[in-house]
This record gives sequence, C-alpha cells and structure tokens, in this order.
Amino acid sequence: MKSGSLGGYVVRRLIQTVPVVLGVVIVNFLLLQLAPGDLATVLAGEAGGAPKEYIDQLRARFGHDQPVYIQLFNYLRNLIVLDLGYSFRQSAPVFDLLMQRLWPTLLLMVCTLVLSLGFGILMGLLAALWVRTWKDNAISVAAIIVYATPLFWVGLMLILVFSIRLDWFPTSGMEDVVAFHEGWARVADIAHHLVLPTLTLSLFYLALYARLMRASMLEQRGLDYVVTARAKGQSERRITTRHVFRNALLPVVTMAGVQTGGLIGGSVVVESIFAWPGLGQLAYQSLFARDYNLLLGIFFLSAVLVVVVNLIVDVVYVFLDPRIRIG
Amino acid sequence: MKTFTSRFLGNPRVYLGLIWLGSLLFVALTADFLAPVDPFAIVGRPMSNPSAAFPLGTDSLGRDVLAGLLHGTRATLLIAVLATLAAVAFGTFVGAVAGYYGRLIDDALMRFTEFFQTIPSFLFAIVLIAVLSPSAANVVIAIATVSWPPIARVVRGEVLTVKSREFVQAAVVAGQGDAAILLKQILPNTLSPLIVTGSLLVATAILVESALSFLGLGAPDVMSWGFMIGAGRSFMREAWWLVTVPGIAILLTVLAINMIGEGLNDALNPRLADL
Repeated sequence: MKSGSLGGYVVRRLIQTVPVVLGVVIVNFLLLQLAPGDLATVLAGEAGGAPKEYIDQLRARFGHDQPVYIQLFNYLRNLIVLDLGYSFRQSAPVFDLLMQRLWPTLLLMVCTLVLSLGFGILMGLLAALWVRTWKDNAISVAAIIVYATPLFWVGLMLILVFSIRLDWFPTSGMEDVVAFHEGWARVADIAHHLVLPTLTLSLFYLALYARLMRASMLEQRGLDYVVTARAKGQSERRITTRHVFRNALLPVVTMAGVQTGGLIGGSVVVESIFAWPGLGQLAYQSLFARDYNLLLGIFFLSAVLVVVVNLIVDVVYVFLDPRIRIG
Repeated sequence: MKTFTSRFLGNPRVYLGLIWLGSLLFVALTADFLAPVDPFAIVGRPMSNPSAAFPLGTDSLGRDVLAGLLHGTRATLLIAVLATLAAVAFGTFVGAVAGYYGRLIDDALMRFTEFFQTIPSFLFAIVLIAVLSPSAANVVIAIATVSWPPIARVVRGEVLTVKSREFVQAAVVAGQGDAAILLKQILPNTLSPLIVTGSLLVATAILVESALSFLGLGAPDVMSWGFMIGAGRSFMREAWWLVTVPGIAILLTVLAINMIGEGLNDALNPRLADL
C-alpha cells in the first residue's frame, strides 16, 4: 500500500463525514427551535419579568427576530468558528466548558475501550478454544447475564459492595481535591477514582465483545483456509494464533467502532452516578438546568467524536485487513 | 427436519424465558388486583425493613416497594412494547421503500438511516426528551426514534433478495400495484428476521426506558423500575434493597427476552443454530 493512496483515502472519508456533521447541526438547530422558551424569555424570566419591548429588543440582539433560514445560516457560520453559543447558567462560552470536560470523558472512554476490548477478546478466545466444555458454558452464561444488566445498576451495585461495604474505592469524583496531590501521587489518586466508573462502563461491552469474538473464532475455524493450513502440516497452535485469531478480530474491531456512540451514552449514566466531571455529567446538569445551548453543544461534540472514531477505525481496518483495497 | 415449535420450545433457555415473561404479563394485567394500593401512596414508616405487611419494605417516603414493583411491570413493559412497535412500523416502512424502489430513493433513505445510526443514540434520546418535556408518549417517541435503524436495514436486505423472486415477477405481470406487491407478496416473506430483530429490540427498549427513568427523564407519575432505582440510589447505605430488587427485575426481564429472541433466531434459521 502506498502512503499517498492512504492519504487520499483519509481525505475521501473526511469528505464523507461532512453530511453527517451537517445533519447533526441541522437537527440541533431544529431542536433549539422546538425547545420551550427562547433565550430572551429565559433571561427576562430570570430578571424577574420584563416588559415586552425589552424582550423584543433582546430577541433582536440575538437575531431571533430574523426568518428561520437566516437564523440557521448564522448558527452554521458561528459553528465554523467553533462558537457554540453561551451558557447563561454556567456563565461561560459553551465551547470552553466542553473543552474543560472533554478530557475526563476521553480518559474514561479510552480506559473502558482498552479494558473491554482486551478482556472481551481474551474471554471470547478462551471460550472458543474450550468450546462445548463447562468453561465455555461458564463464560457464555456470564456474558449473557452481563449483557442483560442495566449499566446504571451495575454502577450502583459496585458502589454498594466496593465503596459502602468494603470501602476499597471512593464513591464519587475524579480526585481527592482537598488532598492536593501532585505528580505521581495525583496520577495514582485519579487511577484509584477511575476503577469503578471504568469497570461499570466496561462490563457490558466486555460481554458483547466476548460473545462476538467467540462466534467469530468458531466461524473462522470452519473456513477453507484453515483446512489448507492444516494440510500444510501447521500445528494447531500456529493455525489458531497466526490465522484464525487475526481474522476473527476484524468483526470485533468493527463493532468497537460502531459502539462509540453507545459508549458516550453510557458515560452520561456512569458520570452522573460517580460524579465524574466529564461531558456526561455536564449533560446531566444542563438537562435539569434547561441549558439547551450547552446540552446541544455536548450532543454536537459527541457526534463529531463518533465520526472521528469511525474514521480512525476505518483507517486501522485497512492496516489489519490487506484485502480491503482502498478505492 | 424438526418443526419450528419443537425447535423453539425444545430449547430450555426459551422455556425459562417464556415462563418469566408469562408471569410478568400476568402481573402487568392484574397489578391493580395484586397490589390494590396506589404505588405512589405513602402507606408506612419510611424505609421499613422487609416485613409481613411490606414483603420488600418501604422506600424513603414510606411507599410500598412491592406495589411499586408490580405496578412498574406494567409501565416498563407497555412503554417498551409500544416503542418497539413504533420503531418496527417506521423501520419497516423505510426499509421496504428503500429496498423496493432502489436507486436514488434507496441511496437517500440509507444515508438517512446511517445518519441515525451514527449519532450517539442514548444522548439523542435524552436531548429529545429534554426538548419535548418528559411524558409517557415522549419517552415512547424518543426510544422509537433511536431504535428503528436496525429494523430498516434488516427489512431492506430481505426485500432486496425477495423482490427478484419469480412470484413477485408474476405479481408484477398480473398488474398488481406497488403497495399490494409490497404488502401482500414481499413483506410476509421478510417476517422471520423481522420478528427476531423486533423481539431483541424490546429488550433494548427496556434498558433505555429504565436508564431514562433512572435519570429522572421517564414519564412523571408513572411508577417504573428505573424510577424506583433512581429514587433509591441516595439511600443505598440505609436500605440496599431499594435499588437491588428493581434492578434484578430489569435484569431478569431483559435476559428472558434476549433468550427468547435468540431461541426464535435459532428456530427460524436452523442453519445458523450451531454457531
């Protein structure tokens, strides 16, 4: 594969993402229109009521007296320069708030991805190697049960057992702010706080990947190239590690990309349970503060995040599977 | 060749799932009779331990947990089933039209479907309810809005394979209209994957509904399992059963539906059953 063609491929995929992002922007705009009460009435209400002329004046200042298509155009123009509006609840531009909260969420998501993919693939691999034994059954039954468990309930049960009963892990927050840890002590503190949220968010995906990996291994094992490899006299171990395992990984990687959106949804729940100071918790707070600018900003950023991850997965895929010729 | 019924009911997992779901259906229909009190009524001392009068204790306001659980069965199942039906109806329509007409219509509708698959669905449901205000109908709308794309894809795929078959060509030659061909000739032949996908969708809908209710976005003044967990989460230290019991109910129900759905899949597609 030439690097030039890969660059071209990435550019083509980037162009394909434009309609999706544009779609999200338009949906966002429509939802803002649908939301009860516009900014002017909210501000007037907060000031304890205001005469109609003042509200009209405010509307004119925000451009809300313009026809809808002009408002949409202004909204788009603002987005291009990353102006997502102003959160009057938090007294800060939405974009700044999002950037503050993005890193805790990314940390949680990356840890979850590593844990769920790593252990999910391992469990699925083991179950496939031990197929139709009690070990396979144990893994499969555990996966089916975890797969059916609501995420928020897992979080609460982990808190009940590991925080309240055993007191091993903190119930909430990202670090012990009053301890003023620095350097490695701070890293260790954050890692300590990270354990339960990551475990909560990971379990469902771990089960999903384990089930997928098992099915994928069993499917690959019955294909012709395995018979060929066996006929060549390769050892079973080598067939499993060099041939079957690598091919079986592909659907799991695809699924991991597809699940990014789900991961973000899950992080809203997990962050609100563990008071993890990320985007999800911010979404939860803005929900009840009726801070629609902020909520829709989070939705926009999440959608962009999903698009970016899908792009990365597609590029990784080209490296994993040389059969996928670009173009 | 075994029959569908023996393949389906011969599966012990399906059997267990059907028993649990059957009892839930019974509870949902007779909740007023089994627990004649209003689940929101304050009937005892707050946070009493499980006792003879209140087999599962009372919550932080003194409401009967068992009554909540029984009445919650109805709300949880009803919202999940309605949302699934709406998603199946819309998804079937989109998938059938896309698969049948092909070309530009197919392209446009599939981009539309992909768009809904790309955006973070749970967050979108939250945003929808926040904007539309929480109510039972809006919860159904939000869940249906985020869950129809898999149905559309399944139906489109089936329609594509069925539409080139001879009996469809015969119907075209016989002069039947598009609507008649789609409804009478093609769609009945797409039923089995539709049933499997739809039944699994009910399980997802229950999970989404309970997560929404847990966050406080469910229908107000409707007792549901997710709402009970959300209400009990601040009192885990004092009353662990408030969150544990409704959670187990959700877990068992989703598990039962998944097992039935997979059993249906194995019975309807026996070739794939060995995987």
